[in-house]
Formats: sequence, C-alpha cells, structure tokens
Amino acid sequence: MSVELPPGLALKKVDERIMTLNVGPQHPGSGHMRIVVQIDGDYIVACDPDPGYVHRGEEKMAEYRNYITNIPHLERPVIHDSCNVLYPYVLGAEELLGIEVPERAKYVRVIASELNRCIYTMYWLAIYGIFLGHSTMFMWPAGDREFLIDLMEKMTGARVTHAHFVPGGVRNDLPPNFEDVCLRQVNYFEKRIKEYSAIFYDNPILISRTRDTGVLSRQDAIRLGTTGSVLRASGVDYDLRKKEPYDVYDEIDFQTHVMKEGDSYARSKVPWLDMLESCQIIRQALQKMPKSGSVRVKLKPNPKGVVGSVYKRVESGRGSLGCYIVSDGKPEPYRVKMSVGSFRNLIALPYLLKGEKLGNMPSVYWSLNYWPVEADR
Amino acid sequence: MGSDSERSTETKTEVPPADAPRPAPAKPSPRPAPAKPAARPVRKPVPPKPVPKEAPPPAFETGISAKLVEKFGEKVTVDFVKKDRVGISVGKDDIHQVAEFVRDELNYDHVESVSGVDYPQNMEIEVVYHIGSYTDPELERQILVLSTKAQREVDPIPGNDATRVPSLRDVFYSVEFHEREVFEMFGVYFEGHPDNRRLLLPEDWADLPPLRKDFAIKGR
Repeated sequence: MSVELPPGLALKKVDERIMTLNVGPQHPGSGHMRIVVQIDGDYIVACDPDPGYVHRGEEKMAEYRNYITNIPHLERPVIHDSCNVLYPYVLGAEELLGIEVPERAKYVRVIASELNRCIYTMYWLAIYGIFLGHSTMFMWPAGDREFLIDLMEKMTGARVTHAHFVPGGVRNDLPPNFEDVCLRQVNYFEKRIKEYSAIFYDNPILISRTRDTGVLSRQDAIRLGTTGSVLRASGVDYDLRKKEPYDVYDEIDFQTHVMKEGDSYARSKVPWLDMLESCQIIRQALQKMPKSGSVRVKLKPNPKGVVGSVYKRVESGRGSLGCYIVSDGKPEPYRVKMSVGSFRNLIALPYLLKGEKLGNMPSVYWSLNYWPVEADR
Repeated sequence: MGSDSERSTETKTEVPPADAPRPAPAKPSPRPAPAKPAARPVRKPVPPKPVPKEAPPPAFETGISAKLVEKFGEKVTVDFVKKDRVGISVGKDDIHQVAEFVRDELNYDHVESVSGVDYPQNMEIEVVYHIGSYTDPELERQILVLSTKAQREVDPIPGNDATRVPSLRDVFYSVEFHEREVFEMFGVYFEGHPDNRRLLLPEDWADLPPLRKDFAIKGR
C-alpha cells in the first residue's frame, strides 16, 4: 500500500515500513494532547498534532458574561500565567469601556505580570527537565517557584489563579511592606536561577540531546508565524514589551535575548534568559512605582462597551497573546477571541519533527513552549 | 461592524421613567420641589467633555489604508484607522488578491489570528484576519485587520453549503490551523485549504458549529 503524506512532509525514502504511532493523549507534557507520528524505523516522517482534548469553550462562555465576570474564567487556560493570559482582555476592555488606569496600578500590573512569567517559566522548565530524564531539573524549579508563588499570594490572596487584573487597574493594593519582601525574594530567586546554568544549560548531556535537534530557520519561523521564545531562538528580535509597549514597559530599561541557532537548545535557553531579565524589570518597577495612590478606578455596575472592536496584544510567557473583542454596546462582549502563543507555535511541530529521531520528540515538543490547555482554550 | 450597530444602541430609554416616579407620589405639601430643580441646573454646566475625541487619525496608518484604497479602489472599505490598527474589509472574491498585495507590497508577513464573528441578523459570518509583520521595522507595532464576509445558512452543513470563503493559506502559511479552527467552530469552509479537518472538536461532533450564536449554552 502506498502512504499519502501531507505536502511538504514527504521524505525521499518512504516505503511500506512506515508505522503510525499515537503519542498521547494522556499527558505527553502537561495537559492532554495527542501527536500522531509516522515513523520509518527510528525516524519520524510525518507528524499530525491533534489538540482539543481540553477544549473548554472559553470564547463561547465569554459571550454570556459581562466584562467583569469574564475575568475569573478567562485566566483558566494557563493558570500558572494567569495575569498575562488576562492582560490583553483587560487592556481591550479598558479601551472599550473608556477607562484610564492609575499610574500605580500600571506598575503593580507589570510586577505581577513579570512574577507570573517567572512562575510559568519555572513550571515549564521543570517539565522540560523531567522530559529529558533530568530529575534534579524537575525538583529545583518546582521548589524555587514557591518563593514567587508566595509573593503572588501576598499580593493577590491566591496562589495560582489570581483574577488580579480588572478593567481599571488591579483588584487590591499591595500589602504593607511588600516592596521589601519582593526585593529580597527576587534577589534570592535570581541567584538561584543563575545556578541552573551549571547543572542544566552547560550540562553536556542536555547539550548533546538538544543541540541541532529540531532546527527552525529564521525564514520558517517568520513564515509560520511563530511567536515568543520560539521566534527569538530563531534570531528574530521581536518582543511586544519592546515593540509595542503596554502600560509602563516603555519606562523600564531592559533587553531582549535572541539566539541564532533555532534548535531545541536555544529554545530552551531563551525563556531562562527572559527570567533573568524579568528580575531586572521587577526591581526597576519597584523603584519607580509611585509609593501611594489609587490602584483601581471605580466602575459603574454592568458597564457597557462602545460599539466597535479592539485587538490588544501582550507578551506572555509563551509569546504574543492577542485578544480580539467585538462589542455591540451591551454589557457582554459580542465576541471574544484569544489568539494564543501556544496555538500559533503548534504549527511548527510537524516541521520540526520531520526527519527527527523518535527519541528526540520530547525535547523538540516541549521546547516549543507549548501549553495544551492554552491552545485549546 | 459599523453597519449593523444601530440595533442595540438607543433602546434603553427607561432612565427618565425611573426618575419620574420619585417626584410623582408627591404628597400635597410637605416637600416643595425647589431642592431638586436647584440641583439639576447645577449639574448641567459640568460636562464639557468632547475634547478627547478630536485626535486626528494617525498619519502612518492613514498611509497604509490609502495605499490599499489607491490600488483597489471600490473593492476595499476602510472600517477604521486607529493607532497601530487599520481595519479593511473586502468582498470574498477579492480577498486573495488583496492579501497578496498586503504581503508583497506592504511587507506584512504573518497572520496572528483568524476569527469568525457570527451575525445571524444579517445572515453572514465575518472572517477576520489579524496580519502583522516581523521583518519590517516600521510595521512592528501595526496590525492590519482584514475582514471578509461569508454567506450564512440557517441549517448549516459544514463544508457542503454556501458558507465558504477562499483560503489564504497559500498567501500566509501561518493561517493553517487558524482556518481549521474557524471551519469547525463556525462552519465556514475555506476553499483551497488542503486540510479542512476538525482540530479541536471531537470527530463525531454532530451539532451546530458551536461558536455560532444559535448554539446556546444550557441554562443561559
């Protein structure tokens, strides 16, 4: 029998020996997701990602709730990064409702969003470690992110799902003495993650497993519309915090990290470099933040958006995250669409796995910074 | 979006009736009215608001929309020109041509998101492409919102009815999964897409496309 392969995926030597394998849907990473691979011996000749096992209909639910009650469920796609997932929706709602945010709230948001980026990236890094059989790299990040989770708990009252950002600011002001605690924890956190380079990133075992596997060229990264660390690991310097600064990111001095290789190693290192940069951002924001003042504008109950549409983007832990809101002048949005980084990066998976060894699949798959629950929404 | 906006704007006019009953049960004498009429004239001079609306449309964004109008004339409609966002709508027969122009001449290089929006009153489904650019430094902040409309059927047979638009996958490769999502969630068939399979929904989904407005959530 002949095997019909999707265009662009055919290898030269394909014969009857091709076997189809299901990987998943029981947690190939975190969240249910299936990957159908066709292998020839040890090599993958075709790959068909099949998301959707954790589709929750967030976009449909958002059409039935008003701008405020949408907040707790729209952050559910990535609970570890819940501030960033909510961020574009809140920015869009503010534009539709015509709200101006107080200066202090903008800084609080930046701090919360950077803390969340670190929390998410640490979780992702832990799973990446255990995917590669490096169990120390699972334990260390899983333990170290507790410091930041404690900080977020002090700040918002909840450990993972914060529902902290609301149209018009943030829900609560910072607790007393937060700046000192935050500075101390972040300094310690930075010291800890610098030690990861010795055990993980300079580790010859990691390098041998991830170097030159799943190479995504710069042209392909752009053509496929990838985003976030996948894009920056392929040599495109595009970070929305720099390119389209929202809130107070334009007043903060930081840099973005770009690597040229485009392989799994680069994709696993860029988020770690971003975390170091996040520590800088948090320290600066703590310093520049107005020491007092309101953090929330009082809203009318059931506010109505103006008729129109808005598309807002932020840089989340997994790349650009856009929210397209259509309003028809009612208290509920007419349509909410989340364009998430995971879903956009998924398109790269068939490309990267083609011609790869089956054993390299975990390192390539998880280096895409892919979060199944976010992709399904 | 602007075309069908009138249906819900000015319906909620029961605020004056709500105000009216309060003075209405006026018992003959105890409260003479002067306090309230006095309060109202004081409020009135307060709102000198219409200042912030006057911001002129940004020049760079206007240039983008002008290029498109110059090239395609009547075929494109400029929906809005805001800071960093330009909204263009075209008929579905021309969208392929416009997208090629956007890619080749205006240097946009990837699609961030493809959304469907269902308008059952107008019997149409809008398909919205958000197009951005990584390579052109001038366009880094810009998003071109390109929208087109597909005819909507009351009893959809996804893939086999008139609800179809041309696929942009051969222009922007990055729409591949996004268009598959719109197909299953709205039943809009993308002609020319090589892989119009389901993506998120189960294979045996036999109900309406779930993001259409007539697919109702239970209990709501």
